[in-house]
Parts: sequence; structure tokens; C-alpha cells
Amino acid sequence: MFSILNRFYHQLGSPKEFYPISTVTTPIFGLLALALFIPGAYLGLVVAPADYQQGDSYRIIFVHVPAAWLSLMIYVIMAVAAAIALIWRMKMAFAVVICSAPIGAVFTALALITGSLWAKPTWGTWWVWDARLTFELILLFLYVGIFSMYHAFDERRIGERATALLSIVGVVIVPIIHYSVEWWSSLHQGQTVFRDGGPAMPPSMLTPLLLMAGSATFFYGYALFLNLRAHVLEENKGKQWVQGMAKKWIKRG
Amino acid sequence: MSLGEFLYMGGHAPYVWTSWGLSMLAILSIFILAKRRNARIRRRLITQLQRKDKFDV
Repeated sequence: MFSILNRFYHQLGSPKEFYPISTVTTPIFGLLALALFIPGAYLGLVVAPADYQQGDSYRIIFVHVPAAWLSLMIYVIMAVAAAIALIWRMKMAFAVVICSAPIGAVFTALALITGSLWAKPTWGTWWVWDARLTFELILLFLYVGIFSMYHAFDERRIGERATALLSIVGVVIVPIIHYSVEWWSSLHQGQTVFRDGGPAMPPSMLTPLLLMAGSATFFYGYALFLNLRAHVLEENKGKQWVQGMAKKWIKRG
Repeated sequence: MSLGEFLYMGGHAPYVWTSWGLSMLAILSIFILAKRRNARIRRRLITQLQRKDKFDV
């Protein structure tokens, strides 16, 4: 078991090994995302019944919750990768950090915007300075800050280290956002899926929600891998193995 | 349920469809930008190699 993990770690840790592996895995992620999205969107928009209190406006949940879920999950992955990059000086781990930040920023912005569009018909206002909303906004600034910090340094290695450090320190915001609805009284509804006593939702609504969340997760994997592939080529353009591949592309025309 | 009813979303159409539309737009943008980024670096690698080959000959 350990030796398999060890091999996996070293293969993904080396750009040269990562590239051919990702040629196979990247489209698989994309197909899985699509395969979950189609039934998720159909069940969520067409089959699931209207909510007895909110009517059809609650169908925003099927894009809002996956976006919010990704905004937190991507941050955790980024922080773990940043720790690996700092401790073991692993280049691929840092690539994960810098390729994840813009994707995380987009999904955080999406969680805020769709949340706002849901708040208007439900709470009667676009925005309140409530704990969960405010911290989610700070999370967006963190993502943007991490990405900008990397590009702000002339000395690359220092930029990488500073960026990784900021990612790790910032991870404290993830539990704060997650528990905000319990720690502070809030307009935002409480935990619906992961709560004591099981999800507070009928299966007709829960199934599309889980499908959409799964689809979003695979989409992140897909987008991350696509960007990693470009990043790896950009970083290693002088290397023999990249030149060799370019030769093959020319031959293939 | 008719198509009109479906699109009407019980009166919440602007909120529901803007949310879904923006989400699809975000996903599509991430996808297109990443694809273009790959195409760009591949093209650059190929032209660089072709230029180098010309000098070698």
C-alpha cells in the first residue's frame, strides 16, 4: 500500500510523469462532470418539486451550494498543496496552488452572486453584513490576493514562498465560514446537508443537489488538470522531454 | 407542465435564470480559457522548434 502511494506521489510530483498521466485522466474528469451535470440539472430544474415556502426560487440552491462548496474545498486543497510545496520544495504542489487560485476565485464570486440573487426574493435584500456572507467575501479577497502576490514579486522563488505561506495562513477562514451559521445568529439558513439527524431535504431535492455538487467537484479536477498541463509546458519548455513531445506534434501535423 | 410555466419559474424567473446562466458562463469561461492556454503554449513550442531546425540545417 505504502509503496503504491509512494510511487503515485513521485509520479505526480514530476512534471515529466504528470504530463502523460494527465493526458488520460483530464478528459475522464471532464466526462464525469458532464455525466453528473445532465441528470443533476434535469432533476433540479424540472423534476424536483417547488419548495412550499420559497416556491421555485430555491432552485438557485443547485448552483449556489456547489459553488460555495467548491470555494471552500479548493481552498483546503490549495492550502495542503502549499504546505507540501513549502516543506518538500515540490514544484508540482506549488503549481496546484497557483492554478487553483483563479478557479477558486471564480467559484467564490459565483457563490456570492448566486447567493445575492437568492437573497433578494427570499430575504428581501441583496446583501446583509452577516458573518457567513462577510467571511465568504473575505475568502474572495484571499484568492485574489494569493494570485496577485505570486505575480507581484520579481524574484520568483520568494514569490512562490510568500504565496504558499499566505495560502496556509488563510485556511483558518474555512472552518469560520463553515461554522458561521452556528456561531453567529444569521439570516443565512443553517446546515442543510451535513447536520445532525441527516439532511433536512427530501430525496427529490437532495439527489440533484448531490449530483450538481459532484459534477462541480469533477469540473474543478478537470479545470485544474487542464491548467496544470499548460503550466507544466510553460515551466519546462526548454527541457528535452517537452522538445521531444513538440517534435511528435509537428510530425503529426 | 408547459414550457412557458417552466421558464416562468413561479415568478422567480429573473433570479433563477440569472443564477444558472452566470454559473454556466463561469464554467464555460474557465473551460475555454484553459483550452486556449494549452493551445497557445503548444503553438509556441512548435514554432520555436521549427525556427531552431531551420538554423541547424
